[in-house]
Amino acid sequence: MDYSGVMLVTSAAIFTIGVAGVLIRRNALIFFMSIELMLNAANLAFASFSYFLNSLDGQVFVFFVMMVAAAEAAVGLGIIIAIFKNRKTVDLYDLRLLQG
Amino acid sequence: MDWFVYGFSALAIASAIMVITRRNPIISALYLCLTLFCLAALFVLLEAYFIAAVQVLVYAGAVMVLFIFVIMLLNLDPEKMIVEYFQTPRMISVISALLLFGFLTFVFWTNNITGERGYDFPVQITQGGGHLKAMSSKLFTTFLLAFEVTSILLLVAIVGAVVLAKRKV
Amino acid sequence: MESIPLSWQLIKISIILIMFISMAPLLVWFERRVAAFIQDRLGPNRVGPIGILQPVADGIKLIFKEEFFPALSNKVLYFLAPCISLFVSLFVFAVIPFAAPVEINGKILYPQVANLNIGMLYVLAISSLGVYGIMIGGWSSNNKYSLLGGLRASSQMISYELTMGMSVAAVVLFFGTFDLQKIVETQSGFHWGVIFQPVSFFLFLVAALAESNRVPFDLPEGETELVGGYHTEYGGMKFGGFLFAEYLNIVTLSGMMVTLFFGGYNGLEWFSNLVDASPVLNAVIQFSAFSIKTLLLLFFFVWVRWTYPRFRYDQIMRLGWKILLPISIGNLLVTAMLIYWGVF
Repeated sequence: MDYSGVMLVTSAAIFTIGVAGVLIRRNALIFFMSIELMLNAANLAFASFSYFLNSLDGQVFVFFVMMVAAAEAAVGLGIIIAIFKNRKTVDLYDLRLLQG
Repeated sequence: MDWFVYGFSALAIASAIMVITRRNPIISALYLCLTLFCLAALFVLLEAYFIAAVQVLVYAGAVMVLFIFVIMLLNLDPEKMIVEYFQTPRMISVISALLLFGFLTFVFWTNNITGERGYDFPVQITQGGGHLKAMSSKLFTTFLLAFEVTSILLLVAIVGAVVLAKRKV
Repeated sequence: MESIPLSWQLIKISIILIMFISMAPLLVWFERRVAAFIQDRLGPNRVGPIGILQPVADGIKLIFKEEFFPALSNKVLYFLAPCISLFVSLFVFAVIPFAAPVEINGKILYPQVANLNIGMLYVLAISSLGVYGIMIGGWSSNNKYSLLGGLRASSQMISYELTMGMSVAAVVLFFGTFDLQKIVETQSGFHWGVIFQPVSFFLFLVAALAESNRVPFDLPEGETELVGGYHTEYGGMKFGGFLFAEYLNIVTLSGMMVTLFFGGYNGLEWFSNLVDASPVLNAVIQFSAFSIKTLLLLFFFVWVRWTYPRFRYDQIMRLGWKILLPISIGNLLVTAMLIYWGVF
């Protein structure tokens, strides 16, 4: 049965939602969650290509993406906590020091 | 089977939309968990069992717990900004995101998947000792260097997180 | 050999579910009786013979209590939290095998809900979700004590999950498979996991005590300092859900320990040889072997509860991160080296 179209369109939709989340939200935590959404959409695309091309390489890549996402979440949340300690906010629009 | 694919895809997309539109970060995080579960179910339907288990174990079990833990620790107030979704710059970003979606969908619908086919057919995987075995032999031979680099990356992330979150002595 | 049809599967699942769920009230009664025995008193003895219907009476009381939602709490999440806890503890049990596959009329029947070839990974994955129920319950009650209990519980469970995963990794390395059915088959003839992996067993035991939030790791509840921890604001059947989930968790963890370290359903082969058992009777004998071992471990859990005092929070964290985690990593390394050198 061929449901490659459904899987890939789902992946595209979730990726787009992630992009939209990054663009419209100003809470750093939800910003991060949107990035997780995009990574997951990429994972779904990898897994479906792996299935339809009869190759496990795609799944190995999903594994690596997950590890990178875990590392990214740990460091990212550490940064958010550090910012919150100094500035008492996680609103990205209030964190414009470098913008001058 | 068909209905599982459509159902989980629809649920994943719906809860992903909820993630970026809820005001309270905890609710967002829980909807993200739901999305991750649906993706794990889709992985099972794609016969990627190991990936599905790791998805639940790493994402839902570790990353999202970390997220919720941090949100609870910071104890943020919900944002008071629903109106701001409809300001002009945001509308522009939403429209460009929709364009991106249209473009991706167009590409996926109109093109068949081309590319070099592999040799990991389900029958051979079963005969060779199961999905996990096939996967791990790939992981520890072809992708060994990448695997080791990933472990260094994780170590760096651990040290980085500890340094960032540490109180000044 | 084909597997059994779907209708049979559904019947099998219902039987397993009913048996498993009825373990929780039995365990409540068992725990109270054993506690009374240890403290030299009688315990519940009014409802039914030797008080065995006491949990039923308690359950009826909990069901008829008022459905109360604290002010300013998040109603949906407040209701969802015990449901998540129950869901997790019911789902983990699905892969635990309590008898060898039985062949009936040329069709093969697996006496567990799902025979997955990644069974062990499934257990780790689903049990890592248990923390959500407690965290959400603590947060949504909008109460300081609940929130503190939830935060403590989540950090404790995350810390001890690592130890549990590492000890299980050593066991999986030793048996060479994630398939629980195969793990149990390998242990036939008293080649039990506990003999070859004693350190793993010890680590798993401590981690299991910590994961199920029982004494000496019951800080998340800690009634003397936190009033009741994450379920301070819970009452009625919603509290009952948490209680149910806790007891089901203990049953599941005991079942896991029997499967991984005590030969699962093995151990009464001599008896089935003695009576020359038919396949079905053999399955029953295997099931009783599994149940006896699980009950002994359950008794151990209750025994520990009424023996040890509670740890301090910093002591729990130090034990988890500075003692158990290094030991488990060392254990994994040693196991890997012994397998590489061909000792096992």
